Amino acid sequence: MVDDILVRALLDEGLPPLSEPEPEIDAPDLPPGGVAIDVRGLTKAFGETSVLHGIDLHVRSGEFLSVIGKSGCGKSTLLRLLAGLDQPSGGEVLFDGAAAARTAHIGRLMFQEPRLLPWARVVDNVAVGLGDRRRSVHAPRRALAKLAAVGLEDRADDWPSVLSGGQKQRVALARALASSPNFLALDEPLGALDALTRIDMQALVEQIWREQGFTAVLVTHDVTEAIMLGDRVILIEDGIVKLELAVDLPRPRHRGSPEVAALEKKILRYLFDDGSYQPRQRAA
Amino acid sequence: MSDTQITLPRPFVRPVQPGAAPHLRRPKATLRQLLLSDAASWIVPALLLLVWQATAQLGLLPTNVLPAPSEVVAAAWRLTVTGELPVNLLVSAKRAVIGFLIGGSLAFAFGLLNGVSRIGEKLTDTTFQMIRNIPNLAMVPLVILWFGIEDSARVFLVALGVFFPIYINTYHGIRTADAQLVEMGRSYGMSNWELFRQVILPGALPSIFVGLRYALGIMWLTLIVAETIAANAGIGYMATNAREFMQLDVVVLAILIYALLGKLADSTARFLERTALKWHPAFQATP
Ligand SMILES: Nc1ncnc2c1ncn2[C@@H]1O[C@H](COP(=O)(O)OP(=O)(O)O)[C@@H](O)[C@H]1O
Ligand SMILES: [Mg+2]
Repeated sequence: MVDDILVRALLDEGLPPLSEPEPEIDAPDLPPGGVAIDVRGLTKAFGETSVLHGIDLHVRSGEFLSVIGKSGCGKSTLLRLLAGLDQPSGGEVLFDGAAAARTAHIGRLMFQEPRLLPWARVVDNVAVGLGDRRRSVHAPRRALAKLAAVGLEDRADDWPSVLSGGQKQRVALARALASSPNFLALDEPLGALDALTRIDMQALVEQIWREQGFTAVLVTHDVTEAIMLGDRVILIEDGIVKLELAVDLPRPRHRGSPEVAALEKKILRYLFDDGSYQPRQRAA
Repeated sequence: MSDTQITLPRPFVRPVQPGAAPHLRRPKATLRQLLLSDAASWIVPALLLLVWQATAQLGLLPTNVLPAPSEVVAAAWRLTVTGELPVNLLVSAKRAVIGFLIGGSLAFAFGLLNGVSRIGEKLTDTTFQMIRNIPNLAMVPLVILWFGIEDSARVFLVALGVFFPIYINTYHGIRTADAQLVEMGRSYGMSNWELFRQVILPGALPSIFVGLRYALGIMWLTLIVAETIAANAGIGYMATNAREFMQLDVVVLAILIYALLGKLADSTARFLERTALKWHPAFQATP
């Protein structure tokens, strides 16, 4: 009799496994919501060289913040501090008013490189992002769902080496999203992609951010990207926040629209206020 | 401009359609396929064998220099019937396997340990590097004094010989773990064990396999020399013995057996490598 049920359970994938009742914590994902981030007098020095001289910043819960700045100005350093990968030399980072160690929020960092495990199938790479739940029996199903969210469910059993650069970055995004973070830091994740793939990926990031409602901080060297995605753009220079610019444009925004172009011009003017920036003459 | 004006110019159509003239393409394709197949690697050995047999039979090759392959086969048969060959083969194989397992597992363990632990490295690495610089066959006289011509002498030499390639390559593989992947693993909350199991060890595998294949080569080399110098059984002993009785066919047989055993060990290693490194672009068959 019992055997019969077992055989049926094995034959019929629709039957739930007998011994594994669905645990409470494995309930379907609700949109995680964001977390407010307060950065106060944040400084970071590597030995003698001081990189950040005192960053003050407030990021609202669910806000999309774009960070721009010239290469080497400390954008990655700032993100790594926010994501808890490094410890600040001074100042503090608070999540919903509490130090990172004492909050239950989940923060994830998406690197510039995909950093996929070459020896793990795509779906297993995504499962890495499940955090404590990666050993759960539901891990593969969850990973697959996240993979579907970035449109790669049919590549689940591939090795990362056969994917294109854009696909690898999408897998990395799925991995970052796997544990439904409240805060996602993105360190020039699209920097290495070709222009067309980048535009696709920007739309994907924006769509997922709107669905999930996490707080996003995106570092980019692409001013247009910063404006297209950000609720706000900040410019880091000389180790502090030099410029802050609200982007009050309805979404979805349109690349090449006059409003976007105007903001872009404003930022570039500021960046190159020594006059070296010449706005391109539009062809008649 | 309207879309209807666009027409495909003729030259865009490929003049030769694949499959249109199969009889023209097939011979070339199958010869290529044959040369690329696994069987192809045996073509040259088989040809050599044929030339060898022919020259021996035509009397171009004096029998006191090299007996014909047929004579070697006859010797193999003779010794198999008397049971001499299987016994010696078994003795040699046993020594090789035991020595390899002892040396290999110690090397793997120390390679892992010193790869992940600075203390382990400080304590043992310098010692290993010093011992490594002694050619292991230079130890033969000492080993004979220690163990006599017992089996343990050969096993010891084999273990010593395989230790260093495996140790060094395991250590190197662990040490050169991809720091970016390790950081990624940490940022996703992997424990030390998970980090080792999922990031560091798989990354070290290609290097470990290089060590494994080196070790297998050294394993046979050490065993041959050790058995030829001092032994009371084994393929090397069989060869030395045969030399004293001027049995050239048996000597050649012993050499051929070593060649086959070496090839067998290497094929096994390659097979393991292909299985364990399926993810590696170098081992992915192009579809
Ligand atoms: N681990 C480190 N050790 C020493 N210097 C570092 C380290 N990380 C970053 N830096 C230095 O800090 C500065 C800012 O680096 P980074 O934050 O990576 O800049 P970017 O804005 O281009 O992302 C650079 O001058 C870099 O050399
Ligand atoms: Mg950077």
